[in-house]
Amino acid sequence: MVKAKSISKEFFKGFWEILPPFRLVLGLCPMLAVTKYVENGLGMGIATTFVLFFSNIIISSIKSVIPKKVRIASYIVIIATFVVIVELVMQAFFYSLFEKLGIFIPLIVVNCIILGRAEAFASKNPIHLSAADGLGIGLGFTMSLFLISAIREILGAGTFLGMHIMWGSYEPFAFMIEAPGAFICLGLLLAMMNLVPTKLNGAN
Amino acid sequence: MKEYIKMVVVLTVIATVCGFLLATVRYSTEERIVEQVLLYVQGPAVNKVLSSSTNDLIQDRQEIRIQDQEHLVFVGERNDQPWAIAFESSAGGYGGDIGVLVGFDIEQDLITGIGILTHSETPGLGARVTESTFTDNFNNKTLNVNFNVKQDGGFVDAVTGATISSRAVCLAVRKSLELYPEIKKEIVKQ
Repeated sequence: MVKAKSISKEFFKGFWEILPPFRLVLGLCPMLAVTKYVENGLGMGIATTFVLFFSNIIISSIKSVIPKKVRIASYIVIIATFVVIVELVMQAFFYSLFEKLGIFIPLIVVNCIILGRAEAFASKNPIHLSAADGLGIGLGFTMSLFLISAIREILGAGTFLGMHIMWGSYEPFAFMIEAPGAFICLGLLLAMMNLVPTKLNGAN
Repeated sequence: MKEYIKMVVVLTVIATVCGFLLATVRYSTEERIVEQVLLYVQGPAVNKVLSSSTNDLIQDRQEIRIQDQEHLVFVGERNDQPWAIAFESSAGGYGGDIGVLVGFDIEQDLITGIGILTHSETPGLGARVTESTFTDNFNNKTLNVNFNVKQDGGFVDAVTGATISSRAVCLAVRKSLELYPEIKKEIVKQ
């Protein structure tokens, strides 16, 4: 009973408590770069979740064998392996998405969230908790990417997943799909998220 | 000392296992990736320049060797007879090489059309050579006309503000003209 409770706790903390990249301010580079369109954001989120989930499981299961001095090198080798697997599979089955994400797929290797979870969580906790942590953080990251890319795509291009959803005379706010739009969108969302707990605390 | 050896052994084992895993994944996806690249990068252009063919253009591709150089040639068939071929030719543009797929009607010795495969030209300027308003310049042209932009005495309407990119496409087409008789000979021989 206690175990089941902590699995769900480790899983759900990725959705709010340390939701990346808002709470855990890591992984900002892919967040800013690939959130022009919902399809790209979701693809990136799912790819990252896959890598995070499996690297957490593997690292957690061999943590007692890895000598302290070479742990970072070992983590990077494991993470890089999963990233290349994602890259090859995406190239073979989702080529159009692979073309759009381009360089940002291999760059998942150096995404701080993944190495951060390996070092801070998977290397200190049992396998089932690490799996829950990886999946939770990954899905939280996917949600965040989805949210930002939805805002940017709807305002910046007037479409959602490539379908036109705004009224006919809507003039796309092209600024939102340019790079500065990503920063402003991220900043506003961060500000809003910081506002919520302050109010809750104040009420208490 | 003992820890030193353990470090080396563990890292080597991890890297070896990962290497095997990657080799397996790569081996099993390799064929599909080649197909996908053909389908997404070359497919649309090939289908455009050889549009009235009845065979599967991607599947019937051939490697043809001319003067120690491999050329990937797409052969279009009508009534089970090859009627047209297409192959890639490239020339340096403003931002790098522009790869141009040129289609030839081998029955009448015409250029059926061209399609841009790869380029790294400036978006909005040079990149507009990929648009049909420019590539349509080359549709159904006999081989003896002057494939040059109008500024250079040819017939091609260059993209406004992108003369260098337009020139590069013309150069690529002229290069393909040199190869065409040899490749045609090989195809007709079969």
